[in-house]
Amino acid sequence: MDSTAIIGTTNTKGQVITDPRVMMNDAPRTPSFFTGSEVIKEAVRRANVDVMVAYPITPQSEAAALCGELFAEGYIGDYFRGESEFAVMSQCAGAAFGGARVFTTTAGPGTMRAMENFPMWAGSRLPIQCIVTCRGINSPLSIQPDTIEIAYLMNTGMLVWHAETAQDFYDWILKGYMVSEEPDVHLPLALCCDGFFVTHTKDVVDLTPVDMCLPPYDPYRSPVPCMDMECPPVRMMRDPFVMKSNYISYATHASWQQEVWAAAERSRKHTIAWLNGLIETEDVDADILIVSSGTAVSQGREAIRLLADEGIRVGLVKIKTLRPWPEEELLEATKHASHIIVPEFNVIGWLAKEIKATIPNSKRVVAGPRVCGGMTLPPEVIVEEVKKAIGIRSGVLAGRGG
Amino acid sequence: MSLNYVKFTPGFDTFMPKEYRDMVEHGPFGKKTTVSQMGSFKEILEEHPMCAGCAMTLFIRLAIIAFPNPEDTITVGTAGCGRLAISQAAIPFVYGNYGDQNGVASGLSRGLRIRFGDKHKDVVVMAGDGGTADIGFQQVLHSWFRKERFTTIMLDNEVYGNTGGQESGMTTRGAVLKMAPLGKKFEKMDMVAMAKIAGCAYIATVVPNNPRRVESCIKKAVLIAREVGPTYIQAYTSCNIEYAIPTDQVMEDAKTVEDDRYKFAEYVSEDAKAYLAERYGYKEFIQKPVAAVATA
Repeated sequence: MDSTAIIGTTNTKGQVITDPRVMMNDAPRTPSFFTGSEVIKEAVRRANVDVMVAYPITPQSEAAALCGELFAEGYIGDYFRGESEFAVMSQCAGAAFGGARVFTTTAGPGTMRAMENFPMWAGSRLPIQCIVTCRGINSPLSIQPDTIEIAYLMNTGMLVWHAETAQDFYDWILKGYMVSEEPDVHLPLALCCDGFFVTHTKDVVDLTPVDMCLPPYDPYRSPVPCMDMECPPVRMMRDPFVMKSNYISYATHASWQQEVWAAAERSRKHTIAWLNGLIETEDVDADILIVSSGTAVSQGREAIRLLADEGIRVGLVKIKTLRPWPEEELLEATKHASHIIVPEFNVIGWLAKEIKATIPNSKRVVAGPRVCGGMTLPPEVIVEEVKKAIGIRSGVLAGRGG
Repeated sequence: MSLNYVKFTPGFDTFMPKEYRDMVEHGPFGKKTTVSQMGSFKEILEEHPMCAGCAMTLFIRLAIIAFPNPEDTITVGTAGCGRLAISQAAIPFVYGNYGDQNGVASGLSRGLRIRFGDKHKDVVVMAGDGGTADIGFQQVLHSWFRKERFTTIMLDNEVYGNTGGQESGMTTRGAVLKMAPLGKKFEKMDMVAMAKIAGCAYIATVVPNNPRRVESCIKKAVLIAREVGPTYIQAYTSCNIEYAIPTDQVMEDAKTVEDDRYKFAEYVSEDAKAYLAERYGYKEFIQKPVAAVATA
């Protein structure tokens, strides 16, 4: 199918199928005051989604239900509630195997329950988009914001992006399909945000016109056969490799896993074009840098403002994509820094570990401040961490330890 | 599938592998082949790595021959012996994760319906007793309760054969197997009853030693699943290795088990009967005209 031939035609809802670059970059934007969940709905409304499968888990339940309203309005081809996150992700896989554009959402324990599916999606080259509104993982039970699940997602072979704001979320849902459906990528995308902070707060988001939508997914641009029996019949396998303990079976599995990760690397060029780079920087000539992702970046911005008031100059690196990992970009952005502060919303500090493994002289990296279990991350805590790193004594913040 | 695909590009026929030539010239695509013609045409499932004397393989071959439209059929499965054979068939086989075949099939069936509208794409799940009744139980039952329109076939060898002979929910009570060192403590699960409760439109229990019956059941199940609702076939497909059945007695064993706990039974819902009669001309389901009621 010539995918350019449908540009300018309308879908069943009368939306004009628009060149995605025109829609995202040139079309007029309307400022709208929405919650993050509503923003998800508005992005999906314009994404020409064929199938969405929903399941309740805080804090993504509202977004998943709002997409049900889109289905009722006719903007999504099919929509239903699955019976668990593992089932939902399997149902998503089936629809994608059949050539549909698929959307779903999950969070925290749901992400963990679904986990068996994510490497399978990547290995099967299914360009499903899964919104992950991060929250704490049990136990003890917590529904509060915490990004620890991203640490697991980063090793699945999926693309993993981490949105800071509702505006990121809106744009990246639409741009995400454009990247993950590229034939040389064709991988699922985990589009993460910090639950509640993004999903349940209202923000002004500039929306693209409601009468424009993305071109539909073309499953015949997939690097692997679509399971729709529209391709010539072939025996897809002789002697299933799974049963063989020999070099050729190991080599087959090994080369495919390498190919999946290579595909994630190949997404780099598309992602740079769509997101205007894998990272965003401000004043990286400064001696001190705050490097982070998600809403910790917003808190970092506030901390930088407070520190500037005291005459302390601090630069900022916002990491947008965790997979592909912006290695070259970080090497360049951090080359002048003596102190690299990495604030995070999780107990293990997965981002600091990744950064330490990337840059020379990793002793520059301060793996914190870290909060978890739903605690907020006041800018003052980041300010204190910066001061500690550069040897300025400051009062201990009440209740937060020394 | 456009049957034009099952043709050679002019000039290429002599260069195609014999395997492919046979499939084009003697395969079942676009033809009405039956189990009684076995041996006279190229089967969709031919070579396989299954054990000698495996009744499951015979059943899978029969089932695939019975598909009403193999050129528009996609199979879905999970871990187990059956997968090793089905994945070598000349039609697509989707393997997702352990026990999620009915979830994958739900999504696949819906995705294909969105893309192809009224053109039928048959989705058929074939999974073992462990995959269906144990690890996949939740997704199997929910796909039935949701009235997902595809066929589920349980290849019931009453044991985890592929992993070396462990007890499954479908093992009969008392059987001594791995992980049941003192014998299984509870009854064989009644999945047929559960299929009924969950609202399957067609349910049948079969053994492989009656090929025409297998063919008839599979055909009905696949046709009904197109529009009426979920269908379920439970087939006894013995594991001659784990149950130490001599190869030459596999069919005798199937007969014995058929007489004991696998008697042929078929349930067809009223909607399914009407559908088969009206849409596919099944004479046995055509409703006889009701005798005129005498007026007073």
